[in-house]
Amino acid sequence: MFEIRIHSRGGQGGVTAAKLVAQASFHDGKFATAFPFYGAERRGAPVVSFVRISDGPIKVYSQVHAPDMVIVLDASVMDATDVLAGLKDGGPVVINAAEPPEIPGHPVHAVDLTGIALAQNLVVAGSPILNTPVLGALARLGLVSMESAIAAISETFADPRNIEAAKSAYAEVNE
Amino acid sequence: MLTIATGNKAVAAAAREARPGVVAAYPITPQTEIVEQLATYVTEGSLDAEYIPVESEHSAMAACIGASVAGARTFTATSSHGLLYMHEMLFWAAGARTPVVMANVNRALGPGWNTWAEHTDALAQRDTGWLQVFVGSVQEAYDATLMAFRISEDERVLLPVMVNLDGFTLSHITQSLETVEVGDFIPPYSLPHAIDVSRPRGYGTLTPPEAYYRFRWDIERSMRASREVIRETEQEFARRFGRVYGPTEDYRCDDADVLVVALGTLGKEAEVAVDLLRDEGVKAGSMRLRWLRPFPALDLAGRDVVVIDRDYSFGFGGVIAHSIRSTTRTEPFSVIAGLGGQEVTYDDIARFVRQREAGAESWFGVSD
Repeated sequence: MFEIRIHSRGGQGGVTAAKLVAQASFHDGKFATAFPFYGAERRGAPVVSFVRISDGPIKVYSQVHAPDMVIVLDASVMDATDVLAGLKDGGPVVINAAEPPEIPGHPVHAVDLTGIALAQNLVVAGSPILNTPVLGALARLGLVSMESAIAAISETFADPRNIEAAKSAYAEVNE
Repeated sequence: MLTIATGNKAVAAAAREARPGVVAAYPITPQTEIVEQLATYVTEGSLDAEYIPVESEHSAMAACIGASVAGARTFTATSSHGLLYMHEMLFWAAGARTPVVMANVNRALGPGWNTWAEHTDALAQRDTGWLQVFVGSVQEAYDATLMAFRISEDERVLLPVMVNLDGFTLSHITQSLETVEVGDFIPPYSLPHAIDVSRPRGYGTLTPPEAYYRFRWDIERSMRASREVIRETEQEFARRFGRVYGPTEDYRCDDADVLVVALGTLGKEAEVAVDLLRDEGVKAGSMRLRWLRPFPALDLAGRDVVVIDRDYSFGFGGVIAHSIRSTTRTEPFSVIAGLGGQEVTYDDIARFVRQREAGAESWFGVSD
């Protein structure tokens, strides 16, 4: 079982990002669950959501405490939250940043999701949409297939710019 | 069709499949997605129902009772304080023999204000005459909702059914879901005592003691008969749709020396704990209790029992632990865990089993 924790801020679409990863994994023929941890759901507050991907049915409902991968949609949460907590040795960090920050012991995959979203004018209520482009980055890293990522996005959002953004992130993320 | 959905969306999809004539509901976290989805179905025309956006949960249940007495198939959903606000009407629904189906998304009760999972809301309704089932996956939330209509409307039952799913842990999790074409699995229904202007009768009138007493006995007779109706319905469901359900979901129980008994998602997580314990040489099994009312006859003789209660009856103990103790003549180790959404992992559950002490009660994270 592969376990992922996603860090974001309320309103940035981290919860939907988890759902999209699960949906893409489902299209890849895997079992997947996605769920948020809802605290005091305030716009702008740090939030976490979780994804589990497995070849068999998933019976675990507790939170992900030892993730295989961490995704950071907003690097500023790192000031308030230990995003590396419990991350397995050598577990990758996918981060929304123009330049990969140095994180000892972990491969860092950086992609400027905010820039990609702004370039596509993918902005809702003042927030750039990060959850559809991140799918492209995750496809490049082999977590899901790009075909399934596009299927998940197009089932969730009608606007084709979401798929264009995912393709940009696929091209731009460092492996 | 194979798809993925949240627990809430699965319940709404199943309710639509049952074609209720009336949905009366009031939103409350973490259930709101169910009634929002049903309202969307009605608006877009995929569900031909009267959707009544009432001003409270008490009114939601009253509207369902009224519509049911008029002969309509009815559905509603609620949670926590909303369920408690219905309490009076829950007795009325059962007493009036109206087969209302309701999803309850289990949530803690304030204060302190808390929107996370706990079972005390539903267990506080255990004497209302409702059948109650607790589910452990998105798929099961869907399947149990479908079966609830068939069970409640069976003339041997004619009692309301509550489908319980854990707040957030199930209501908001996304999992795979196989939807079905329900066909005549839920046949058209007509309430035998529906209001009929050509046959005037009294409803809810003053009922003298001897008649009232007989009505109560009728409820209990139907509750007892519901065991067989549930069994038949679950068998027919398995025959048509391939998924098997029973009063409990038993995992590695056959040769088990120690059984974990829990409701809902904790009961599923317990299966992972069982695998861990088996790897250590502990012969553990998980018996996830699905039906709370009617309470199933369980054979636990000769085994250690660990009961996890995500509920509490103050001044008495865990409701499930006491139910198990009184119906099986065992002395379970009673663990109180997960109240108000407290995080409980399979590692924790495995530790409960290792540290079991027959007859004792332990508050996880507090008294252990």
